[in-house]
Amino acid sequence: MAINNNSRRSFLDNGLKLAFVTALGGIGLTKIAAKLFAQANNDSNDKTELMTTNGTLIQVDSSEIIKMNHSKDGDKKYNVREGMPNRKFVMVIDLAKCKNALKCQSVCNKHHFIAGDHAWLKVYKMQESEDTAPYWMPTTCMHCDHPACVTVCPVDATFKRRDGLVLIDNERCIGCRFCMAACPYSTRVFNWSEPNQEITMKMDMNHNTNNSVEYAGMPSIKGTVDKCDFCPHTIKENKLPHCVTACPNGVFYFGDKYEDTVTNGDETLRLSKLLRDKNGYRLMESLGTKPSVYYLPPVNRLVDFKDGLENYTDFRSVEKPE
Amino acid sequence: MKNYKILLNDLAPQKFGKAGILWTWTLIVISIAGIIAYIDQIIKGQVVTNMHDYALWGIYISNFVFFVATSFVGTVTVAVLRLTSNSWRTPIVRIAEIISLAAIIMAGITIMIDMGRPDRLLNLFIHGRLQSPIIWDVIIIPIYIIISLLLLYFPLLPDFALLKSFYKEKNPKLSKWYGKLSLNWTGSLAQKTIQVKSIQLIAVLIIPVGFMLQTIDAWLFSTLFRVGWDSTNMGAYFISGASVAGVGALVTVVYVLHKAYKLEDYITDFHFDKLGKFLVLMCLIYLYFNLNEYLIPQLTSKKEATTHVNVLLTGQFAPLFWFVIIGGLIIPIIVLLFKKGRKPFPMFLIGILVVVGSWWKRYLIVTPTLLHPFLPIQGVPESWHHYFPSFHEWLITSATLAMCLLIITVLVRYLPIVPIQRTADEQELLNNNKNTNS
Repeated sequence: MAINNNSRRSFLDNGLKLAFVTALGGIGLTKIAAKLFAQANNDSNDKTELMTTNGTLIQVDSSEIIKMNHSKDGDKKYNVREGMPNRKFVMVIDLAKCKNALKCQSVCNKHHFIAGDHAWLKVYKMQESEDTAPYWMPTTCMHCDHPACVTVCPVDATFKRRDGLVLIDNERCIGCRFCMAACPYSTRVFNWSEPNQEITMKMDMNHNTNNSVEYAGMPSIKGTVDKCDFCPHTIKENKLPHCVTACPNGVFYFGDKYEDTVTNGDETLRLSKLLRDKNGYRLMESLGTKPSVYYLPPVNRLVDFKDGLENYTDFRSVEKPE
Repeated sequence: MKNYKILLNDLAPQKFGKAGILWTWTLIVISIAGIIAYIDQIIKGQVVTNMHDYALWGIYISNFVFFVATSFVGTVTVAVLRLTSNSWRTPIVRIAEIISLAAIIMAGITIMIDMGRPDRLLNLFIHGRLQSPIIWDVIIIPIYIIISLLLLYFPLLPDFALLKSFYKEKNPKLSKWYGKLSLNWTGSLAQKTIQVKSIQLIAVLIIPVGFMLQTIDAWLFSTLFRVGWDSTNMGAYFISGASVAGVGALVTVVYVLHKAYKLEDYITDFHFDKLGKFLVLMCLIYLYFNLNEYLIPQLTSKKEATTHVNVLLTGQFAPLFWFVIIGGLIIPIIVLLFKKGRKPFPMFLIGILVVVGSWWKRYLIVTPTLLHPFLPIQGVPESWHHYFPSFHEWLITSATLAMCLLIITVLVRYLPIVPIQRTADEQELLNNNKNTNS
């Protein structure tokens, strides 16, 4: 009996192995055959020239072309995870003009209903070394092209769109805060408690409370991460982000890299020329995060650094209603 | 056969005395207090912790890292000592396997405590992305739990069969359970072959998985830009640190059990001596990696790195840092290098010192780095410049530690902590050798 069993087992064993090898060989052969035939086909058939949506001419094998119906929504169809088609939003922050007026911060707090202790937009008091001049440095989310936060997010809750924006799906976020640890700019904030946004909600009843990716901070959700979103809700209406329009000194320029233009509301400039002429740079370029926010160095300043000191608060960036 | 009777009487699980019952209830009470605190945290949000947007991880994470590190004891003692055929491991392997299993289960639970939205746990499986180190952890921890469980279970089969017959009259209910768990073990040659093969396979398998687990844990930090984490040293540093934490925990538990169960005949000074040598080797390796981690950045003295290291060496965290280095590494190394230091009682004290040092070491890996980001901390409440755990955090963390000890306690109550069959086999072998020699 035992011997019988063994021989049956080894038969099964060998049979399985053989079947496996055959299957592998079969797949391999078909692959090779397919490649050979494809080569032959390519040589004999006609090609058709086509233009892609972004204007490049390409050649396609005629047999590959399939007629399709006109899309009804076309470019207007808007996918929150894809972003606005054929745009690439950038910001330029001119440090020479900033005197810590903090209008950017207060308008951002107001329009994003920020209820925590950490504003999305912060103005840092900076000084590189003892011998160099101090300056004010506003920071938003850098909307990096190589965002560390997106790389480490375990559930794809924070994502990079084709229009350059890095956003958070706060319906999906599990609150592990790995993105916050990954961000070298310390730009992300966390809703440690139930966000107390009712007061602000009454002030703006018209606000769209439908939860979408562009929730504009409303409503924030307990146990999830928030951050500067570059105001897609205003961009969609062809308006500038709140911080840009609120700044009395024209520090913030916002625009589209593909159009090569940025504007602070008063003047519209060529992005490439501006960065070249004024020697623009990005924060922590060496980390390879490729931010979408450029800075112009604080040189030839029209404002006095000391003017900003009266607005400076060490321990507060969000005004709380009493 | 006589031999077996003595062994079974000595090694079969015993009912707890007064001290044991008090110990168990204490652990249960702490666990319940922690669960209540955790429910409160779920209701109010993590605002009940002292974490904030800068110290965004706290003792939940460092405690998690501690558990993961301690679970490495299964890999080092069982697998490494088996592969290097160190036969002195027999009476202590099961304890190591029990600690390992308890620690890795608690690691899995602890990491969930840190989540802001534990209700969205399933998102990790629905939307999981392989590029995130957290998903690597989600994959490796269950694998390690399963392998640890099997590594504990397979060698237990013959012992379960022995206990089944041992308890047949004394406690039929318990005997029935042991019978079920023994999977009809008869000790036949065919069964033994399969068992030995399986154990060998698992013992080999746990080595790469254990190393992966520790390395992934290290990569949770070293894949980020932060100063103090962004280091190529991290993988090896964590593996050696885990060996120290694991063997330290093993020494402590072995001492307590051999006292409580009166196993002095089975776990002797010889075993403590060997364990001591093992621990001192691990400590020396860890010290080497610590030198790499803290000394070398001082030489190139990049601004951020120096700030970070100075905070540890002379700043805010200096008392803790030197406690961890001197108490958790240097004193154990010095004491354990002497034969007298490797006697059971001094070893027990050193074991406790090593475990406490290892726990705070993880705190020092997580917290100081977060308090020194690249941009200055400005415009946030004054309390956000520091971090020290809140009452809720201490309560919940104590509860996780208590639960880990509770798992160990329950397992040592019902499992024979020294493998009976194996000890019998080895004694037989020893006797046979004596017979042939004489």
